Amino acid sequence: MNALQIKKGATKHSAYNLRPTFSEIEERHTLAVLVENEPGVLARVIGLFSGRGYNIESLTVAEVDHTGHLSRITIVTKGTPQVIEQIKAQLGRIIPVHEVHDLTVEGPSVERELAMMKVVCDGDKRVEALRLADIFRANVVDTTLHSFIFELTGAPEKIDAFADLMRPLGLSELARTGVAALSRGE
Amino acid sequence: MKREMTGAKMVVQALKDQGVDTIFGYPGGAALPIYDEIFQQNDIRHILVRHEQGAVHAAEGYARSTGKVGVVLVTSGPGATNTVTGLTDALLDSIPILVITAQVPTFLIGSDAFQEADTVGITRPCTKHNWLVKDTNALSGVIHEAFHVATHGRPGPVLIDLPKDVQFATGTYEAPKPSTSHYQPRVKGDMEEITELVAAIEKAKRPVFYTGGGVINSGPAASQLLTELVDATNIPVTSTLMGLGAYPASGKNWLGMLGMHGLYEANLAMHGCDLMINIGARFDDRITGRIDAFSPKSIKAHIDIDPSSINKVIKADIPIVGDVGHVLEDILKVWKSRGRKTDTEALVKWHRQIDEWRKVNCLAYTASETSIKPQYALQRLEALTKDRKDRFITTEVGQHQMWAAQFLGFEQPNHWMTSGGLGTMGYGFPASIGVQMGHPDALVINVAGEASWLMNMQEMGTAVQYRLPVKQFILNNERLGMVRQWQELLHGERYSQSWSEALPDFVKLAEAFGAKGILCKDPKDLDDAIMEMINHDGPVIFDCLVEKHENCLPMIPSGKAHNEILLGNAQTQDIIDTKGSVLV
Repeated sequence: MNALQIKKGATKHSAYNLRPTFSEIEERHTLAVLVENEPGVLARVIGLFSGRGYNIESLTVAEVDHTGHLSRITIVTKGTPQVIEQIKAQLGRIIPVHEVHDLTVEGPSVERELAMMKVVCDGDKRVEALRLADIFRANVVDTTLHSFIFELTGAPEKIDAFADLMRPLGLSELARTGVAALSRGE
Repeated sequence: MKREMTGAKMVVQALKDQGVDTIFGYPGGAALPIYDEIFQQNDIRHILVRHEQGAVHAAEGYARSTGKVGVVLVTSGPGATNTVTGLTDALLDSIPILVITAQVPTFLIGSDAFQEADTVGITRPCTKHNWLVKDTNALSGVIHEAFHVATHGRPGPVLIDLPKDVQFATGTYEAPKPSTSHYQPRVKGDMEEITELVAAIEKAKRPVFYTGGGVINSGPAASQLLTELVDATNIPVTSTLMGLGAYPASGKNWLGMLGMHGLYEANLAMHGCDLMINIGARFDDRITGRIDAFSPKSIKAHIDIDPSSINKVIKADIPIVGDVGHVLEDILKVWKSRGRKTDTEALVKWHRQIDEWRKVNCLAYTASETSIKPQYALQRLEALTKDRKDRFITTEVGQHQMWAAQFLGFEQPNHWMTSGGLGTMGYGFPASIGVQMGHPDALVINVAGEASWLMNMQEMGTAVQYRLPVKQFILNNERLGMVRQWQELLHGERYSQSWSEALPDFVKLAEAFGAKGILCKDPKDLDDAIMEMINHDGPVIFDCLVEKHENCLPMIPSGKAHNEILLGNAQTQDIIDTKGSVLV
């Protein structure tokens, strides 16, 4: 037996077999959960994560179907493959949950997050902040003589990168929405 | 059919329409409108308990012995919080119950009003689902949906929180109709996987069925199908604590219970099998012991209605999501259509091996002529009651519970009610009341320890009030026996807080409640005393003074594998290592 738990002499090797279910390697997954928008449904989802000791890296929620009263919760979570499978199964047990999709494994997907950053600075730093904002295609949504509020949309890594650049220039406040995600294609 | 009525009346009407004839409860301020409706009708019988926890356990006992939903009605605040233990118990054992809690009026919610508690918040993690109903027009739909959720898929407890103003207000009542809920769990298993399992059964040389509470929950037909499959294939079968009775204990393929205090032959069969067929069990830690040493050489099939049970603890090679009854039916169909094949020669060898293990006689204990051994007490109880088809057993939690599982034989499902997952001391007595309500003429015995029993002893009032002839068979060792046993094994015999001092005189206690008390301390008197208990028409507290320091064996010490099981009279000092000692 090697580290991948493939039996010696085994003839059937699928990609599934290459990934041991009980691996210790943690993975980051983005889940889209379609729920009935009834009181307490978010508490049920969050309670599941805290009660069973799962991680939440980011969570966003809003009603997406006003006539059907359905909300879409996007959760970014981290765990071993076994834990990720459990999270999906446990989410599926919640009565108001209609669908659980693992966007990370269901094919390519787009992830976007919106951030607003207040940068307080003067002189050269002010010019530099504007130049960088231009490169990152961030919009200025508020300005005074000594500050800007930038609005930036992108993948979480892009927002991290922009925030890192703004920090030495006078980043004073940062608000992020968390990730919203959709699968690519039809 | 639609009708106008108050919310309080709707509760009673909906329960009637759902076929409920018995509820367990305790009134209070916020619940008064519903209690007023209960007063004005005769279709639903209300059993007044002495503590709300007792109401929930009684409903659990009722549900488990009848297969129907157990219903509880309590008031707001403390009434609701007192149901939490019972709800958690029902959640872990997948028991369908409906708890209706009254709530302060909607306009007072959030104001820290008298007897206000955030009931849906508190009970969210200990129910399968719960509802706060703020509109009387929605009430009847919610109640019908609650029955649907409690009984479909993996059963479980549900709760409806009902503010007082919603009980008073008038709205439109709708009778139950076929559920339009999106919650429709799948009951049929995948035929490809079922065929794969049948192929594995045909080839297996050392197969074993490992069955659990899911077989019982699936209904009596599932137990019949299991028995047919086991006997037709001649494959040995073991069961968890929760599944006892699904396959008859007198059946030729019965191995006895498995797990931490399971039988030697059952645990070794699990360890040594080449095909394990898990039917409606969940690889609980009481069953598996050390995970990485759990049945190392077997292919594991897992049949469960709850997809989250699959691969949660043990990787399933053949996972089948579906209702046990449906899946068993399909397995039988496919197995028969493929020619009813098994490796009969290998099975003969396998049974011979199991018989060798059986010869170890793992339940042996040192008999005594002077003191009553708890095992002996249960053997006598079994001998004197096993012929009664209407015998129902409930238990509390601890050594006596494990001995009851080892020494009592169950021939039918729904005749054994015990707190498995949560291990709730105080479960058995109120549960016995619920069972007796569902089966008025049956012999209902609660096998108890004195410490567990005292936790809900107030229910003697209920038993006497409703003339429920429940038999409280207390194995009194004046100790928290299982705690004491673990302290002996794990904590250098430092018996911290594990003895019961200042115990009541149970005979006088029984008499104080207007019931019968029997004391027995001599093994020679035991049979007569048990017969006296059985023949008395009314509730009995049987105080059976037993050997104080008896250990419950066999035992798989925590952190050990199935084949490291301890037998009677084993050297038990330092048997659990540091790694095992952090486990429970």
